[in-house]
Amino acid sequence: MEKRVQFRSTWLPWLLIAPQVIVIGVFFFWPAAQAVLQSFQVQDAFGMSTEWVGVQNFQELFQNDSYLASFKTTAQFSILVAVLGIGLSLILAIFADRILKGAVVYKTLLIVPYAVAPAVAGVLWIFMFSPSLGVVAYALGHLGFEWNHLLNEGHGMTLIVMAAVWKQISYNFLFFLAGLQSIPKSLIEAAAIDGAKAWRRFWTIQFPLLSPTTFFLLVINMVYAFFDTFAIVDATTHGGPGQATSILVYKAYYDGFKAMDLGGSAAQSVVLMTIVIALTVIQFRFVEKKVNY
Amino acid sequence: MKLKFVALALASALSVNAQAQTEIQWWHSMTAVNGEWVNDLAKEFNAKQKEYKIVPTFKGSYDESMTAAIAAFRAGNAPNILQVFEVGTATMMASKGAIVPVGKVMKDAGYKFDPKAYVSAVAGYYTAPSGEMLSFPFNSSTTIFYINKDAFKAAGLDASKPPATWPEVTLAAAKLKASGHKCPLTIAWQGWTQLESFSAWHNVEFATKSNGLAGLDARLKVDSPLHERHIENLANMAKQGLFVYKGRANVPEASFVSGECAMITTSAGFYGNVAKNAKFGYSLATLPYYPDVEGAPQNTVIGGASLWVMSGKKSAEYKGVAAFFDFISSPEVQSASHKRTGYLPITTAAYQLTEKSGFYKEKPGTDIAVQQMIRKVTDKSRGIRLGNYVQIRQVEDEELEQVWSGKKTPKEALQAIVKRGNEHLERFQKANKS
Repeated sequence: MEKRVQFRSTWLPWLLIAPQVIVIGVFFFWPAAQAVLQSFQVQDAFGMSTEWVGVQNFQELFQNDSYLASFKTTAQFSILVAVLGIGLSLILAIFADRILKGAVVYKTLLIVPYAVAPAVAGVLWIFMFSPSLGVVAYALGHLGFEWNHLLNEGHGMTLIVMAAVWKQISYNFLFFLAGLQSIPKSLIEAAAIDGAKAWRRFWTIQFPLLSPTTFFLLVINMVYAFFDTFAIVDATTHGGPGQATSILVYKAYYDGFKAMDLGGSAAQSVVLMTIVIALTVIQFRFVEKKVNY
Repeated sequence: MKLKFVALALASALSVNAQAQTEIQWWHSMTAVNGEWVNDLAKEFNAKQKEYKIVPTFKGSYDESMTAAIAAFRAGNAPNILQVFEVGTATMMASKGAIVPVGKVMKDAGYKFDPKAYVSAVAGYYTAPSGEMLSFPFNSSTTIFYINKDAFKAAGLDASKPPATWPEVTLAAAKLKASGHKCPLTIAWQGWTQLESFSAWHNVEFATKSNGLAGLDARLKVDSPLHERHIENLANMAKQGLFVYKGRANVPEASFVSGECAMITTSAGFYGNVAKNAKFGYSLATLPYYPDVEGAPQNTVIGGASLWVMSGKKSAEYKGVAAFFDFISSPEVQSASHKRTGYLPITTAAYQLTEKSGFYKEKPGTDIAVQQMIRKVTDKSRGIRLGNYVQIRQVEDEELEQVWSGKKTPKEALQAIVKRGNEHLERFQKANKS
């Protein structure tokens, strides 16, 4: 049965989607087009002189060792954030789904971090983990573990992954919870009557039925890790120690907004945009085939 | 009825007043004690005359306010006056159309402006290669050394005699550590204090072309044997737990105020914080040096910020800016500012006035920064002014961190600073050809 709505007039559908098209055009396509334009230019800070330099900005980027190293850092970071973020929130959602008493309290507490701005999230974590002042760092010291994200690269990466995941768990949690609740209870009950234990019920019924949600979250979390995390890095590690946490989007942010190198920063965002488009296309072409709608 | 009449009269008087006054926007980055200082300067000036009204606005940290001003300039509503830190100086100088040289602003308004009145290291820094002074020196600082006297005493050291040289610092640090101190020495602004100021202090080049003052084609020189020796020395101290790394920029300062670290090299502008918050005896000293290096100690380099006048405003507003600058360059105002903030007295007259007032005797150590700066400068020590300086500072941080963690040797790190820093310098030169 086709559920398509038929419009008689030709202009009405366009009019109805116009607000959305305008918003997307002004806030997404226009800036993106500008970034592409600027990536071929070299400009001084105040924009007094602009010179077209062709692909020179890109050439310089790819000749730069630290930029190339940043790809590896970014891949590591994004995979950790996506996998941990999705995995943890799935576990939380399953437990929250089973709770009968006080479910609202748990759910509210789990959703709260989403209301926190990324920069604030970063500051919260740096307070807890600051090697000289942080509560957690102090407690770890008493347990004989010396926490020092100022010099230990692993600690630095751990810190930004924790902050980024913590911030994103709420969002993932909401979607998983909604997904779990939309699975008909009869299916699970039928399986239970057939003798399937909780783990088996989850693995053969709930998880496959959640796959559209999981896939959607995979795409969203990748985009989040790639684009929305610069404030966390800026508030915690500033890309250090060395360049261990200098992910691509932080570099683009830093060069553009701190160092006022707009051409170089625009080139970096174009590269970033290309990567995310490519990743999304790959995800839709290959991963989506395994999704049951 | 009477009340209403009074209110009406008051309102009309105020509105007339507001119309006649020319407002001058001043964007700055001064927080806490120093923010109050800026507001008081504006208040005093506004109370003194009725023609102009200075409106100071806090616009975030130095780099944030500069970014904000650049965005505002591009959109056509830049402030009249912008406070820019030393790191942004080369960018401002290269953007000729965006600013009006302070000398021209003063001359056009009929004020006399003598760059020679300023301490030479200060004036030289804000002067273009053409000899024209481009911005108005405001809050200048330099790098100095602070020690915790109580910790020194506890370690059996002579607290009245802070270590003057690096070998002495190492010895003191070892004694502090032996007495159970966890953090004998830390370093704030590592690039500024240990590479930039270090170079001038030992009269060696940090970069060619008089450290960038003479042209945009300057290139870094921090891979010299002396630099390597110093970073090697610090790396060894880090390995033995004598020097503890506490982070970038001024983040380590907190560990000195809290008493965790016993010695720190950082800005003279840190004095206000220490004086207010330290619960122990402290003293200020000159930056340590290597006694066997010829010409050391020379002088340290300037930090802090200056005031830039933005272009494209009405001529009445420029007159107001000039009147304000004239007000804050009087020796009385400058001396009061120096005493209040710990920033340098930027004119010789202000220094002499402060000395006469007996302030330095009353608060020993407050003249350390001045003495480090008021010296005859050389081409290698006049100051460091580089393009894309923000990024170069970051490169310094990134590479030095890898030395402290033992991932790179001092030589590798310094060579990487030169290589990566020069790429930024080349890029800046290309973007600012004219």
